[in-house]
Amino acid sequence: MIALIFDGVLAVTLVALAWRVLAAPDAFEAVVVFITLGLLMALAWGRLAAPDIALAEAAVGAGLTGVLLLDTLGALPHGSPPAQAAAHAEIRGRGWPARVATGLLATTLGAAVLSLEPRPSLLAGQVSAHLGQSGVSHPVTAVLLNFRGYDTWLELGVLLIAIIGVLALRGSTRLSGETLARPPAVLAWLIRVLTPLILMVAGYLLWLGKHAAGGAFQAGVVLGAAGVLLWLAGWHPVAREWLWKVLWVIGFLGFIAAGLGQLLAGANWLEYPPETAATFILCLELGAAISIGATLAGLFIALHFPPRENLSGGPNERRP
Amino acid sequence: MSGILNVLGIGLCLIGAGFFLAGTVGLLRFPDSLCRLHALTKADNLGLGFMVLGLAVESDSLAVAGKLALIWLLALLAGASACYLIARTTVHDPGGGPE
Repeated sequence: MIALIFDGVLAVTLVALAWRVLAAPDAFEAVVVFITLGLLMALAWGRLAAPDIALAEAAVGAGLTGVLLLDTLGALPHGSPPAQAAAHAEIRGRGWPARVATGLLATTLGAAVLSLEPRPSLLAGQVSAHLGQSGVSHPVTAVLLNFRGYDTWLELGVLLIAIIGVLALRGSTRLSGETLARPPAVLAWLIRVLTPLILMVAGYLLWLGKHAAGGAFQAGVVLGAAGVLLWLAGWHPVAREWLWKVLWVIGFLGFIAAGLGQLLAGANWLEYPPETAATFILCLELGAAISIGATLAGLFIALHFPPRENLSGGPNERRP
Repeated sequence: MSGILNVLGIGLCLIGAGFFLAGTVGLLRFPDSLCRLHALTKADNLGLGFMVLGLAVESDSLAVAGKLALIWLLALLAGASACYLIARTTVHDPGGGPE
């Protein structure tokens, strides 16, 4: 009974917060409410007994997306709240075609979901039947890295395209050399203390994926957070452009190498022999975690520090 | 014995919830950033501390209790530092930021 009340309050709050994100008069409030929405969404995934997604949602949806959004907000030209509200109202007034389109899409999707016949999914049974051959004992990791490794490979490709797109728009692939104000001593001390712990937690999450909730995505986000913190503390050891590029592509290339190797050995693309599957998965996950972490940290740094040529011009003088 | 522990665990969690409630009310009602920080950090430190104590009593293994204590320590570190950084910004730039 108490659980039902809790879930009900959670569901209503989620909808209310989602509405507030859209209706908030100023962008800062919208971002803060969006971060709150991400945290409660993680709680909802936890209640749905999906700890893997809850971890990812808390880390990506609330954590790093929030940081990126706040970062973007800081880079936008500052307007007074009334001016912002006026601009917002103008956008909202022009938004009716988008609203009609999303309304149609939502109706179609809703009708499609409602027309589905309720029947047990056969996939869960297939996964547990073949779990022994996957090399891991956690079904989520078995699906992500073995049975549907193709999807995970292409997801890494999506991340790669994201960072390439941001760097292309930014007009420079250099992520270092920008001037930075000295961080407060307390922040610098905290980051020095936390960094080893964060690295340990990332390794723990990566290893944990073998038999419990965890894995490359959670570990990668934690690594990305470490990169963001270190950068904020003014720690710029990685000044080399090529090193960043290697870190970004290593996960994606790792999957290609594993796939090609198995093709040459006479197996299918991304099919691992059961006896060495555990090693394959751990290596691929390690590469994926490094790439995810480097990509997320790279997105933050690229947004936070515009290239030097653009610093001289005002915010309206950005090159197209 | 387990009944007493259960009551103790729930009691500690309720005390923690009380601190969170008081902290939230303070955050909403207090007039300026420094007062709000004062309310917020009590919720973070003591509220979470009592919650962690209660959950540690409820947990049946020392390893889980240890992990919970570690979470509390990390939250203390991060909370205290974040509070200092916000307060520092407030003192250096009293007019800045949304009211």
